[in-house]
Amino acid sequence: MMQWAVIAGFAMLTLAFVLAFVRLLRGPHAPDRVLALDTLYVDTVALLILLGVHLDSSLYFEAALLIALVGFVSTVALSRYLLRGRLFD
Amino acid sequence: MDWIVAALIVLGTAFALIGSLGLLRMGDFYLRLHGPTKITTFGLGCLLLASVLHFASRGRFGLHEILVSLFLFITAPVSAHLLAKAALHLHLPSQASPPRRQGG
Repeated sequence: MMQWAVIAGFAMLTLAFVLAFVRLLRGPHAPDRVLALDTLYVDTVALLILLGVHLDSSLYFEAALLIALVGFVSTVALSRYLLRGRLFD
Repeated sequence: MDWIVAALIVLGTAFALIGSLGLLRMGDFYLRLHGPTKITTFGLGCLLLASVLHFASRGRFGLHEILVSLFLFITAPVSAHLLAKAALHLHLPSQASPPRRQGG
């Protein structure tokens, strides 16, 4: 039961990665690409949490927290660059 | 307990898939902004709840999952707001009709 749910979860997350990556390649404007990168890091956090449940190890939450932190900082930096034209005033 | 964890895992990843589908299929940027926020709040919320229940049923109750979910719930609206501000600044095209001017 648990095994099938985890396998279905991995399959749906892979498909979500592919869809976000298509938007990253196609995105007509720069904020679309930044939004696709944002979605990709959120999907990565979901994948790491699911891997932690699958392998029965709580080590992966540290990696998930780190990726969430770096992804948020990078999204803020990119949208600030789009907004101001430079990163630091 | 395993049934609840399995159902929450399937629900959360299904929401991740639906959010990415919305990101791909919606018409303009302001509509596309809806999908990823649903992934962050509902999909990751379900997955983190599933993980908390899974590790609690094995006698290991950790604070890491709650920390991750708290951080994501705080930062998701901030990044969405900054992206919307950047899109408004760049005058991205929108499908919505412009607002009617009040008082002629």
